[in-house]
Amino acid sequence: MEKSAATEMVNIKINGREYAVPSGITILEAARIAGIEIPTLCYLKDINEIGACRICLVEVKGSRSMCAACVYPVSEGMEVFTNTPRVRAARKMNLELLLSIHKKNCLSCIRNTSCELQTLCNEYGVDDEYFSGENREYQLDESTPFIVRDNNKCILCRRCTAACSNLQEIGVIGAEDRGFDTHIGSPFEMKLAETSCVGCGQCVVACPVGALYEKDDTQRVLDAIDDPNKYVVISAAPSVRATIGECFGYPPGTDVEGKMVAAMKRLGFDGVYNLNFAADLTIMEEGTELLHRLENGGKLPLITSCSPGWIKYCEHYFPEFVDNLSTCKSPQQMFGAVIKTYFAEKNGIAPEDIFVVSCIPCTAKKFEIGRDGQSAAGVPDVDAAITTRELARMIKSAGINFRELPDEEFDEPFGIGSGAGAIFGATGGVMEAALRTVAEILLGEKLEKLDFYDVRGTDGIKRATYKIGDRTIRVAAASGTANAKRLLRAIESGEESYEFVEIMCCPGGCVNGGGQPTQPASVRNKLDLPALRASVLYKADSEMDLRRSHENSAVKRVYDEYFGEPGSHRAHEVLHTFYVKRGIY
Amino acid sequence: MKKKLTTVPFNGTEEQLRKLDELIESKRGVKGSLMSVLQGAQDIYGYLPIEVQRYIASKLDVSLSEVYGVASFYSQFTFNPKGTYSVSICLGTACYVKGSGAVLEKLKEVLGIEEGEITPDRTFSLEVTRCIGACGLAPVMIINNDVYSKMTPDEVEGIIAKYRI
Repeated sequence: MEKSAATEMVNIKINGREYAVPSGITILEAARIAGIEIPTLCYLKDINEIGACRICLVEVKGSRSMCAACVYPVSEGMEVFTNTPRVRAARKMNLELLLSIHKKNCLSCIRNTSCELQTLCNEYGVDDEYFSGENREYQLDESTPFIVRDNNKCILCRRCTAACSNLQEIGVIGAEDRGFDTHIGSPFEMKLAETSCVGCGQCVVACPVGALYEKDDTQRVLDAIDDPNKYVVISAAPSVRATIGECFGYPPGTDVEGKMVAAMKRLGFDGVYNLNFAADLTIMEEGTELLHRLENGGKLPLITSCSPGWIKYCEHYFPEFVDNLSTCKSPQQMFGAVIKTYFAEKNGIAPEDIFVVSCIPCTAKKFEIGRDGQSAAGVPDVDAAITTRELARMIKSAGINFRELPDEEFDEPFGIGSGAGAIFGATGGVMEAALRTVAEILLGEKLEKLDFYDVRGTDGIKRATYKIGDRTIRVAAASGTANAKRLLRAIESGEESYEFVEIMCCPGGCVNGGGQPTQPASVRNKLDLPALRASVLYKADSEMDLRRSHENSAVKRVYDEYFGEPGSHRAHEVLHTFYVKRGIY
Repeated sequence: MKKKLTTVPFNGTEEQLRKLDELIESKRGVKGSLMSVLQGAQDIYGYLPIEVQRYIASKLDVSLSEVYGVASFYSQFTFNPKGTYSVSICLGTACYVKGSGAVLEKLKEVLGIEEGEITPDRTFSLEVTRCIGACGLAPVMIINNDVYSKMTPDEVEGIIAKYRI
């Protein structure tokens, strides 16, 4: 450990060895510096530091009882023991107690092999029914199209409620009742669908066990593939290629686009397409909308509409901003709409015979496909939205050896996506992509520098002012609904004003979406997952020749052959939608 | 004990709302004031229905989940109002061994509600108490201020009928 002049250090002993560690940190953090991983279940850095699960217990010399390492600060001269027989026995008994109220159908559990409780039970040799007795039986909450709650598996760690209340500052779930009746749910025994849950799924990726998971749509997809009368296409969102590798043992931040495409082709889809194409299409429509609002005194700031969790959040909590939202459908919906109109007509296939699947990093997209105003051809634009995790499960259960696959390319005519489309998956990416196009249209010439660094990075809110020709465009990009709330309140009060605002529902953007691979707390607390995953997208963008949405030849062709120009009457009918004011439950 | 949610509609008055506003105003900005606001609100309304909890949540800028989490945790809070006639039956040791359990079952049957609930017409609410210090009269049932001693299940129907108008 390097000594820093700015930090006061204390001398402590861990398992008999001496260490100098910064004062004010916890035993858990000090142990990590010493290369010792103390197990945790409830602890999530910054959002859930409550010392509730008692798995991180350690012995501290002079202390009568054992201490929770995740919340206990180090002090000068402290002697800590992390692996004594007493510590191991206590952790083991706590695991036995947790297991006694846990529904143990591990073999078929969605989190089998990625369950943090299972991992710990394995490490501590907890494998039998040590305590038995009365158990509560909870009904599944399957009321929403996006998230399922199975409280029979809940270990009351409160990571989900922390994600909802402390990270996203929404708070539609909490710990209720008391003692043996304590359970996680929504107030007054409401089903999740009755609340103003936005469907972000941050609770799902926070859950250490199988108590929360996405509503599984893989069977519907498999049935469609098996149906000889269905033309089944799939497209993958920008961020999926940056994360799905994690489900197959690759470290976070590995680009596996080629293997992902190869795997999708082997699953039997009739067309495997690039959702980055639709992201580029979105930029054409949204950029045009921004220019139109700027020139015609339209409602400003224009706020992006790609993130369905953000849209639902706006409708519930900030209905006064609904008219600021871009009327553009999200890339997922634009893609489905183009397939069922332009592509269907061109290939002489009836829209009802096409089954459009999108693979997305998002649980809220499962809600979006059922919204009103998302059926350009009279049938839903998208038939199934499956998360990164669901695609990975389909690949595994089909016996496809992902790591051994060759790199393959997306199918035409929707295989091309620009670098601008690629960065849609990170906070600030939609903004940057739009700025590239809007600036070149306004200036009538090519930009020398395409990088808008001010709106990059994982800060919650990023602000910048750009001078484009004789026009000044003030922009802000927020990610996570807590940051969205702060930004919108500042705009509401007149404290801040902008022409263009990007909001993504999940902190860090889609790379950190609620449909992304789960990572155990030990990884989550250590690595900056959003930044690592986003680096894949920015690297891909920087290495491409095609970095402007308006130069995407596939997009140009769709306009030439079908829509005419961005913002045309037909484009409005197919590619735009409307919103509703919902209010808080 | 899990709390029962109410089935009767909320009919708060302007006067009650004014008192609640005053209470919340006096606690504004005080950290950890949710508990005392809930206690005060229960004094004002007699119980904590969803309408009141939702109002408190929005005024204190906390989520309804947080309010409900606290309200459902502490046994001092109730989600059901008292009926015109509040029926309580003692389940203390003496009353219990003398058969108050069977009286409770009969009360549930006659009133058509569970303990902790109120009849839809708000006439009767049913509660279970612990020892009230009248063990010589066991089993004891109380309706408002009327005490009924040495209760048997057979007597329940007749006594309740006296209160139905």
